[in-house]
Amino acid sequence: MYRYDEFDSRLVNERVEQFRRQTIRRLNGELNEDQFKPLRLMNGLYLQLHAYMLRINVPYGTLSSRQMRQLAHLARTYDKGYGHFTTRQNIQYNWIQLKDVPDALGDLAKVEMHGIQSSGNCIRNVTSDQYAGVAREEIQDPRIYCEIIRQWSTLHPEFSFLPRKFKIAVTGCKQDRAAVKVHDIGLIIRRNNEGNEGFEVVVGGGQGRTPFVGKTIREWLNAEDLLSYLEAILRVYNMSGRRDNKYKARIKILVHQLGIEEFRNQVEKEWQRIRGSQLKLPQAEIDRINNYFAPPQYEKINDQLELLKKQKADSPAFSDWLKTNVSDHKASGYSIANISLKGPDLPPGDITADQMDAVADLADRYSFSEIRINHRQNLVFPHVLQSELIELWGELSNIGLATANIGHVSDMIACPGLDYCALANARSIPIAQEINERFQNMDKVHNIGELTINISGCMNACGHHHVGHIGILGVDKRGKEYYQFTLGGSSDEKASLGDRTGKGFPAEEAADAVETIIKTYLETRNNNERFIDTYRRVGMKPFKVALYDSP
Amino acid sequence: MTLLKNGKIEKDSYVDCSGKEDVATAGQIIISYKQWVAYRDLLSKKNDRLGIKLLSHEKPDLIATDLEYFSLIALEFPSFADGRAYSYARLLRDHYGYSGELRAVGDVLLEQLHFMQRVGFDAFEVENDDALEAWKTALSDLSVWYQTTGDGRSSVMQLRHKID
Amino acid sequence: MPQVIIANELKNGFVVFLTEANHWSNDIDEGAIAKDVADAESLLKKAKIAEQNCEVIDPYLIEINIENGRRVPTEYREFIRAHGPSVPIPS
Repeated sequence: MYRYDEFDSRLVNERVEQFRRQTIRRLNGELNEDQFKPLRLMNGLYLQLHAYMLRINVPYGTLSSRQMRQLAHLARTYDKGYGHFTTRQNIQYNWIQLKDVPDALGDLAKVEMHGIQSSGNCIRNVTSDQYAGVAREEIQDPRIYCEIIRQWSTLHPEFSFLPRKFKIAVTGCKQDRAAVKVHDIGLIIRRNNEGNEGFEVVVGGGQGRTPFVGKTIREWLNAEDLLSYLEAILRVYNMSGRRDNKYKARIKILVHQLGIEEFRNQVEKEWQRIRGSQLKLPQAEIDRINNYFAPPQYEKINDQLELLKKQKADSPAFSDWLKTNVSDHKASGYSIANISLKGPDLPPGDITADQMDAVADLADRYSFSEIRINHRQNLVFPHVLQSELIELWGELSNIGLATANIGHVSDMIACPGLDYCALANARSIPIAQEINERFQNMDKVHNIGELTINISGCMNACGHHHVGHIGILGVDKRGKEYYQFTLGGSSDEKASLGDRTGKGFPAEEAADAVETIIKTYLETRNNNERFIDTYRRVGMKPFKVALYDSP
Repeated sequence: MTLLKNGKIEKDSYVDCSGKEDVATAGQIIISYKQWVAYRDLLSKKNDRLGIKLLSHEKPDLIATDLEYFSLIALEFPSFADGRAYSYARLLRDHYGYSGELRAVGDVLLEQLHFMQRVGFDAFEVENDDALEAWKTALSDLSVWYQTTGDGRSSVMQLRHKID
Repeated sequence: MPQVIIANELKNGFVVFLTEANHWSNDIDEGAIAKDVADAESLLKKAKIAEQNCEVIDPYLIEINIENGRRVPTEYREFIRAHGPSVPIPS
């Protein structure tokens, strides 16, 4: 994992003290809310429906057990004993008090964490593949470049007042688990014929009110040119992105309105000018950061297939968990274990302080003290000995975190919705919980197979509804909550936006509609065809008939 | 309104004519881009120093070939949240090599002075009772920067690897 | 329709209502009720002063029904603000 050096630490500590002074000036009346709001937002502090909400960055979704314990400490000391992991691999506290925020940020700085740029019209936390560094087919660990981008974008003097927020995601695999094509910029690490590392650069993707799948602006970018190229894109966007309408201010609209050709030309022109400047990445810096992401000392051991087979036969519940929650690791004898935060008891992505502490202890015992957050609001233990999986599973069961549903129907993405969020039009959590309740039977869940359901409580699409195999959007219709459905969305390497089924359903019928869609799929699929593949094959018609009794 | 220049409070030696119909031909004045287009011949023969104010939608490319005529360029921040002029400043300094006074005008917040200074502004019109104190605070808040922006300060990368 | 003033307290962010005694309470049932336009204007004026004094943020009037002596916001959003999330707080 990356560790701060003296420079990184000094910056974060100075920022905490700066915010402390600003908070004091606010509390004693020197600053009014209009003046204070941009300052608090730049440090991740929102005002939501019930209270302030503090969003803390988990850079590219990588956490140490020590950091997780500190997150538990924050939840206990300054909040109501829980936190919420988000679709941007961050954590949010819903009840933090303004007077405590500087202290909370000070505590975080001790474990090399912060909330800088987790809000505001600036470059946000860079996200990545939760299997970074351990996926079998990976070309290079994307976190090296994420960290380089994190530093370059932190308090960037030119790009702190962009037309709108700006999100960058990086993946090192062909298989895209980081949804890079629905980001403002998506970077896909490639290796060319000469064996050099570089990037395919995708631009102008995004969700929200006007969703777009990103377009490739460069098939190949040398690694050393990463920052100059990013700076060129950001400069063109900063100067030409729309500022007259916040719903048209994201880069996706600029790319769409100019067309990718013209946008590319403008970026190229700017890039050629600055390419040779000090923005060129020194190999020494790539190497320095690369060293931090060296793999842990794995035991030299073979895959334990026989052992797992026997354990599976002995315990159907363990077998289920293995099937859905455990993935291949690049080191033989090891596996990647996913921890679902979509159990029946808590809202999607929520975790209590006690669970955080327990997870940290388990990470020390079973995963070289390392934890990941994925954009589907779950946790990951990246390096678990296959021979210890059953023990880990047992321990997770004891703390209610062994739900075997990763990538399945009840592993829903859900934004906080109208239960917490000032922007929401409708609630998300109760709908997600009702759907979860309908799919408690694991045989049923596993029979349905791979399926993503994503729900957002408003057009801003924090719940990624456009790219759920089944997407649900909560709307307010004359003071009542309604839920519109989309089908066929996907955020992987074959990214697609879902199609609207038709008119929405009132809250009490939303879970029924999900059951109807799934029943239709089960009747229509060929053999083990996934939901998304069935939908792509047969289209909307059978689903429409089932939902509305008419095509 | 106070003018902060190079860390000191200064009396503004220019008269802002950018909002007026006519342009005075004598004295140090600031004109609009519109006036520059209309009175270019007249103004380019002026002996006194000339300033131009660009509105937030007026990119510096518009005056790129005329920079020799201006000893001051004022860039407008219609709202603190409109950050276009940060990029304009960098283009003027880094690309077009402009070395005259670069003044931030409009909704210029104390907390932004440091960012503005880093991208190339050296003068600021601020509404603050104690502009000098504000300047000192703004500049002393942070001492570490990851970016190279042409203001001569070393980035973290340069310090780490001892690169000039 | 009767109204009360809702806001967030500055130092902790929690939802508060303006009371008859010109204090701020977390309990909507302690909120001063404006029965007509004149009442509403007078309450809002007091609230704006509290905002200027950095006690609260963004005070505004919400419509309520009185049901069994209790103040019930007509808008669902304001109901949630007054009573907290509709789902249990994790523990």
